[in-house]
Amino acid sequence: MAYNFKEVMNRPDRLASGHRMCAGCGAPIAVRAVLKAIKPEDHAVICSATCCLEVSTCMYPYTSWKDSFIHSAFENAGATICGVEAAHRSLAAQGKAPQNYKFLAFGGDGGTYDIGFQSLSGAMERNQDMVYVCYDNGAYMNTGIQRSSATPKYADTTTSATGKASAGKQQNRKDLTEIIAAHHVPYAAQTTFIGNLKDLYEKAEKAIYTPGAAFLNVMAPCPRGWRYETEDIMEICKMAVETCYWPLYEVENDVWKINYEPKNKRPIEDFLKTQGRFKHLFKKGNEELIAEIQRDVDARWELLLKKAK
Amino acid sequence: MAINERLSGNEAVSFAIKQINPDVVAAYPITPSTEIPQFISQYIANGEMTTVYVPVESEHSSMSACIGSEAAGARSMTATSSCGLAYMFEMLYIAASNRLPITMAVVNRALSGPININNDHSDSMGARDAGWLQIYAENAQEAYDNFIQCVRIGEHKDVKLPVMACQDGFITSHAVERLELIETDKVKAFVGEYKPEKYLLNPDEILAVGPYDTPQYYMEHKKAQTEAMKNARKAIKEIAKEFEAMTGRKYDMLEEYRMDDAEYAVIIIGSSAGAGKEAVDELRNAGVKAGLIKVRVFRPFPDEELVAALKKVKGVAIMDKTDSFSAAGGPLGAEVKAAIYGKVDGITAANYIYGLGGRDVRVEHIKQVFEEIAELVKTGKAPETYKYLAIRE
Ligand SMILES: Cc1ncc(C[n+]2csc(CCOP(=O)(O)OP(=O)(O)O)c2C)c(N)n1
Ligand code: SF4
Ligand SMILES: [Mg+2]
Repeated sequence: MAYNFKEVMNRPDRLASGHRMCAGCGAPIAVRAVLKAIKPEDHAVICSATCCLEVSTCMYPYTSWKDSFIHSAFENAGATICGVEAAHRSLAAQGKAPQNYKFLAFGGDGGTYDIGFQSLSGAMERNQDMVYVCYDNGAYMNTGIQRSSATPKYADTTTSATGKASAGKQQNRKDLTEIIAAHHVPYAAQTTFIGNLKDLYEKAEKAIYTPGAAFLNVMAPCPRGWRYETEDIMEICKMAVETCYWPLYEVENDVWKINYEPKNKRPIEDFLKTQGRFKHLFKKGNEELIAEIQRDVDARWELLLKKAK
Repeated sequence: MAINERLSGNEAVSFAIKQINPDVVAAYPITPSTEIPQFISQYIANGEMTTVYVPVESEHSSMSACIGSEAAGARSMTATSSCGLAYMFEMLYIAASNRLPITMAVVNRALSGPININNDHSDSMGARDAGWLQIYAENAQEAYDNFIQCVRIGEHKDVKLPVMACQDGFITSHAVERLELIETDKVKAFVGEYKPEKYLLNPDEILAVGPYDTPQYYMEHKKAQTEAMKNARKAIKEIAKEFEAMTGRKYDMLEEYRMDDAEYAVIIIGSSAGAGKEAVDELRNAGVKAGLIKVRVFRPFPDEELVAALKKVKGVAIMDKTDSFSAAGGPLGAEVKAAIYGKVDGITAANYIYGLGGRDVRVEHIKQVFEEIAELVKTGKAPETYKYLAIRE
């Protein structure tokens, strides 16, 4: 079905607005948009890993979730939602639950790339009928902006500090979407907030309505950790895509497809300069660090182009 | 007609699971409990069970999946041992605090390190404060009978807590015994259908499980959890009565063996009660008033029952198949002493650590323990705080 922005936005929200996430946070934008892709008549059970999203949306005795919701721990959203899905398979077969249920897990990058990696990998390998959505803000924000394996090289975080002897995180960023694609799941995709969220919506819809395990990696900026003015979020996302730092692509039944190829690839500075976490890179003498980031972005982009050929 | 069979403890528990046919099983292999998921997988492949089996990538995920499925409204089970149980540690507390009556077969094995695959109780004793019920079996018959009762106990409306059905690795899990199985229709009728009050897959009422809890409420939630554990005592007894009516086999918090007029007693858990009972018989034949208390239920702790059983006893040896490394003894020792403090006059209580990592416990060892406590009572000497039994010095 063609994307009708107005129709989609008019659907009732499945995440209520009374949550405690910071203004300008990407996480609730990602969650709302993904949940819009569930047909209004379908039921859902949502799971969240421990993270900013969880602690701000489900504080006893309140919940912002309009569907049934489960949080159990930080590192096990994959396994927890698989348990729910297994229960559904069993109960639906016995006629004890309706068939039209969807199962979604949300986790931050820390709960997904790092500590929840094993649980996620197991869920993907078992190809259970669920969607795992990572909202990637590139650090452990809930505990105060510590680096994760999703943190980009040279970003300043509280555990990859910058100072006379260090220019931020010294290691590369893990490519989780590619790793999940290597599980040969029916659907894996990467997206962020662009324009009227068409790309995000369409990918969410595919992920939710493709039988089997699906994975969505949504770059979801965090104004506190990235240090930007809340209103800049859409520009930052645009620059992430225009520089090819965060390409929009999907892997459907092992077929790689790039959803957007910039006509004129922007220099990586256009992304870096929007955020305080890269500020130190623009000091005199650090030109080579930016050049190195550029080479890395270029190399990853070339590889992706080859895969999508 | 009951079915007479020769089965190992693992086979017996797997057979019980087959008879119950739970909605979901999620499990991961580890010696000596591995056979349980293997049998279940085979039963499912044979079309003898319709359970949905989740072949997880770790025990952390087996417990996480059980949490998800039980919360979703499915009767869920798993099995593990040793390091597998340790790996679930965080999730055990979450299962209990979410009041999810998961039934877990624990086949007790020593914890690493050093790595050792043989029996002791360090695994489940390490999880004793996780909020799970713990019910221990002496032999395969009890492993089978307990498992069936555990499902009912955990799901009881006043309890709603997860339960560990424990048996000793290899000694019970792998040794083949004659036992009496219950007909499947009777087992099914006994456990009944699982009908949770609140569950995720109820389309008529949404539910949020596992919210962030603030200091305003956390303590009330913990109080509710402890009340549920207290309620479990009554449920255990009621369900044991029903079970006895069905099978003629009697169960309670404790089993008292020749305790009526006993002056000396050992308190023990699990398979070693077998050797203990033999030691008691031999001593009785020699005119010594020996008796044995087998702790069947360790959580909730049978404090009142122990006080009652020890009222007339002069000397007691509390046998721990694990060390808590408090440098003051094992967990059973500490808890029994706390339970009887001020309630049993003039008793001499000694604590022994025995059978670690599969170390043999023979009748002579238990007889030696009886001799030592009799000597302490006679001389009026205070026992050592705790002592390792049958150790090379
Ligand atoms: C086993 C365990 N280790 C550590 C924590 C502490 N912890 C809670 S949330 C969190 C960081 C979450 O980071 P991420 O998944 O990226 O989500 P974000 O908060 O950034 O949205 C950490 C370290 C925990 N809850 N459990
Ligand atoms: S700290 Fe960042 S990720 Fe967390 S709620 Fe605030 S903006 Fe969102
Ligand atoms: Mg994060």
